[in-house]
Amino acid sequence: MVDTMPKSGTMTDVVLRAKECDIYYGSYKAVRDVSIDIPRNKITAFIGPSGCGKSTVLRCFNRLNDLIESFSLKGKMTYHGQDLYAPDVDPVEVRRRIGMVFQKPNPFPKTIYDNIAYGPRISGYKGDMDELVETSLRRAVLWDEVKDKLQESGFSLSGGQQQRLCIARTIAVQPEVVLMDEPCAALDPISTLKVEELMKELVQNYTIIIVTHNMQQATRVADYTAFYNAQVTEEAGGKVGYLAEFDSTEKIFNDPEQESTRDYVTGRFG
Amino acid sequence: MTADTPSPPPSDRQRTPFEKGLDRFFEGTTLTFALFILLLLIAIGLLILVDAWPAIKEFGLGFLWTSSWNPVAGRESYGVLPMVYGTLVSSAIALLIAVPLGLGTALFLSENFIPLKIRTVLVFMVELLAAIPSVVYGLWGIFVLIPALKWFLGLFGIPFTGPSMLAASLVLAIMILPIITAISRDSLAALPPELRQGSYGLGATRWGTIFRVLIPAAISGIVGGVMLALGRAMGETMAVTMLIGNSNTISLSLLAPSNTISSLLANQFAEAKGIQVAALMYAAFVLVILTLIVNILADWIVRKLQAKY
Repeated sequence: MVDTMPKSGTMTDVVLRAKECDIYYGSYKAVRDVSIDIPRNKITAFIGPSGCGKSTVLRCFNRLNDLIESFSLKGKMTYHGQDLYAPDVDPVEVRRRIGMVFQKPNPFPKTIYDNIAYGPRISGYKGDMDELVETSLRRAVLWDEVKDKLQESGFSLSGGQQQRLCIARTIAVQPEVVLMDEPCAALDPISTLKVEELMKELVQNYTIIIVTHNMQQATRVADYTAFYNAQVTEEAGGKVGYLAEFDSTEKIFNDPEQESTRDYVTGRFG
Repeated sequence: MTADTPSPPPSDRQRTPFEKGLDRFFEGTTLTFALFILLLLIAIGLLILVDAWPAIKEFGLGFLWTSSWNPVAGRESYGVLPMVYGTLVSSAIALLIAVPLGLGTALFLSENFIPLKIRTVLVFMVELLAAIPSVVYGLWGIFVLIPALKWFLGLFGIPFTGPSMLAASLVLAIMILPIITAISRDSLAALPPELRQGSYGLGATRWGTIFRVLIPAAISGIVGGVMLALGRAMGETMAVTMLIGNSNTISLSLLAPSNTISSLLANQFAEAKGIQVAALMYAAFVLVILTLIVNILADWIVRKLQAKY
């Protein structure tokens, strides 16, 4: 059994909390019994082998799994104590506060400017749009590279720039939490470093959860690390993901409590 | 690495003359087929032009803006303006009805409003619309649509004789609906799922996502489908002939009978002789040029929209 809190380190503010969550696709149980507290203004990394449910858990936090018809959740997920899956909660509102950056850069087929302005426009932003676009791009450390071509297509940028554009687009809606699902998986090492530096900048204002397959990345950026593992079961699907250990990044990588965590972070499997 | 196990030498196998010949034969065959299509097109165009030549010499460009069509020997005069008008107006009305309907259907069928199983059935049924022969559409128009229109317009005290621009345009709209729906649905379904997720992830509603992201992203495919449908509407013959009334006049009323070029050809060709055949060929040539313009325009619009993104 895993504690909700990371084992070491002091936690001040809990933004997101999952309590005894089971996640199903139809009758297939994808993730079992996850309880985790996500601390405010910290970077929390989700690591683990493929198929262990880390992305699935991440997507539950902003109700993006709702798009999958057969999805269902048992247990409780709260955001500042408010049940995210209560019937009166509007998933659209949830996603405005809890933004998401995806594995593959996915700019809209619009200009760079409109890519950023899209989110604020749909949420009825009334202020100075030019200014908001500029601040968002500056925060994403992209402004200097694109300030002269704001009216060009978002696709004209390189992969790394596109991903930073997507991050800028996400923070333009001024969310409190940014979920990142393997944001650097499709990027070259230099772009990856840029995105990582950007995350460290952003964490002063935002709470970040990042799913990553790259363990070095977790050690470089994350304050806390959650190790998910998969377990073979008799049921359909063959395996079920669970949260094996959640602790400060230092502890997870240097002195984990569980054998499986140690094996994973030292590269013995996964 | 040790020298004990030398790597195998690179393959020195040569292609036999037979294999090379086969390659050349295949290349030649495909080239012949491609040239054949081109020749066919040229042959059709030439034939129309040659047969139309007496009329072109006789009437010149004035043919385009003359509105009388009189095949009576001795008092012959030919002009294609009412038919050009009828062709353009009936296609435009058909598009006006079929585009919102078709795009709406496409959106409904590409989003998950209803379970996938029902959607699959509906998609099949829409595509089935395209398989109905156009003469059946014509009959349906005569026996169902026209009486229904008569009854409906009668409620408002509007007299309605039957065959008219309205009846023809409505049936045309139904006929081109599956083209617009199928092509729009395909281009919407081909969009990467990341686009949709990206929009939802920013807190967009379903409607916001559809109208601000999905439709703009699929617009070149949608426009392509609409243009294809327009080409179909302009060339449609049988159903239109049965419903439009075949009157070579320009009337602003949609309830009045009218005519289109293809319908004119279908009606008159069998009994035409002499200069009338040439005049009909000239009309056919005008139709070919019109559809060519539509196709070029469509290509240009699609390119323009694609270049934007």
